[in-house]
Amino acid sequence: MKALRDILAFLVGDPQADRVVPPTGFTAQLTLFSAAAMAFLASFALALSTSTGRLADRWSSELAQSLTVRISAPEDQLAIQTQAAMGVLQTTPGIQSARALSIEEQAALLAPWFGSSVPIENLPIPQLIDVIEDGSALNVASLRLRLQAEAPGAIVDDHARWRQPLIRAAGRLRGLSWLSLLLITGTMAAMITLAANAALSANRQVIEVLRQVGAVDSYIAQAFVRRFTLRALSGAAIGAICGMIAIALLPSTNAVGGFLTDLGFRGAGWLVPASIPFLAAVVAFVATRLAALRTLRTMA
Amino acid sequence: MIELDKIAYSYGGGELLSDISLTLQPGSFHFLTGPSGAGKTTFLKLIYGELLATAGQVRISGMDTRAMTRDQIARVRRHIGVVPQQTQFLDHLRVADNIALPLMVSGRDGGGAQTDLDQLLGWVGLTSQKEQFPPQLSGGERQRAALARAVIMSPDVILADEPTGNIDWEMSQRILKLLVELNKMGKTVMIATHDLALIRAAKSQVQARVLRITGRRLQLAGADL
Repeated sequence: MKALRDILAFLVGDPQADRVVPPTGFTAQLTLFSAAAMAFLASFALALSTSTGRLADRWSSELAQSLTVRISAPEDQLAIQTQAAMGVLQTTPGIQSARALSIEEQAALLAPWFGSSVPIENLPIPQLIDVIEDGSALNVASLRLRLQAEAPGAIVDDHARWRQPLIRAAGRLRGLSWLSLLLITGTMAAMITLAANAALSANRQVIEVLRQVGAVDSYIAQAFVRRFTLRALSGAAIGAICGMIAIALLPSTNAVGGFLTDLGFRGAGWLVPASIPFLAAVVAFVATRLAALRTLRTMA
Repeated sequence: MIELDKIAYSYGGGELLSDISLTLQPGSFHFLTGPSGAGKTTFLKLIYGELLATAGQVRISGMDTRAMTRDQIARVRRHIGVVPQQTQFLDHLRVADNIALPLMVSGRDGGGAQTDLDQLLGWVGLTSQKEQFPPQLSGGERQRAALARAVIMSPDVILADEPTGNIDWEMSQRILKLLVELNKMGKTVMIATHDLALIRAAKSQVQARVLRITGRRLQLAGADL
């Protein structure tokens, strides 16, 4: 509660104290623009991080719980081996359900490549069986051996071959977006420090007068710190709002396109980019305070 | 009370002031004189803590300035009014706000501060200029504004560095009269000046001690003044 009161007191400020530092138009615009640009970029980095995280989670959870059995056999053997494989699958511990895909479902899977008018029933395509695990440990190696014995044309695909690199890639992408966020935060801190140093140098005479009349360092620093914090807060708010609008206007998840159309936030996830201005304000507060106190010490 | 105990000040390898001892008793009046470059401004800066002695001690109310933190020195300055040689103001603030600046930075700008400010403006004769900005003031008005700013916190000690440096004789007399009035109110006053006519004029109004910096040392000035 006290912290909240302190924050409010800081934001409301001391109007008299604020007046002692003259307005600095160019530095103010520069800080505002930098904060807005950084917040805009940060909202995209966050969107990328959130989306890749979501994708990796989905790939991990959905595909890890399923596997596919593919039966490639001569036409007269296909139904017999499918039947045999189904028998094995239904008696294997760890499997919740096994379902042979109908010819229509297989046609739908192939439609993106062959089109919907190709009579696939005339093609020698393998039979697919969709297997859902029940969550208990399924021994895939043992299943492979049993299927090999009962249905020699059966091949078990537990998706590991392509799922693992995708999950790894999604993880790396998420790591990179966090790194980008860190770099954005660091760059913003550096820019605000430079702007604060420029403002402090430009106001050297003001500082000398204030010291002469008995102002303590924290009083002088506060006039600069509050100004830069509020500039960063308002600039970042503009940037974050623009970024959120741009992300919201991206094509929806329903459209065909997978990951690219899934870039964005969902539900309470929008609170994450909404917090960027506050993070920017904290960065500006710390950066300006450190810069101001350091500069004031050198002015002794 | 301010005590200087065998202080020295060196800068850039050279010693500017050496082996100076002095006690500023409450309510005393001092002139500090000497040729240009003798170290009068440096001496005043050592007293109010803008510079720190390289040897010896400057004690303000018994505390060595070299042992004080930056914030302690800043707070001490609230009890020492300084009229610098080059008067500096915040040009974006009105004259009244500039004079009230010490109150503002010490958080005493509430209550009867406005009444005190109005009285002070009247005392230094700047009532009609209070809404103006510092660049609009003449040399004499700037000196009076600086004096008003130096005394608004009702300090115990007032240090004035060449307060009549760039103003005419009539205005010099007016500034001197204000400083003498402050001394009669019990304030310790020290004026650094090379204007001997001003010192002679003051001697008829106040019992002043005249000190001279010469050859890096402080001496009591002779009867030629």
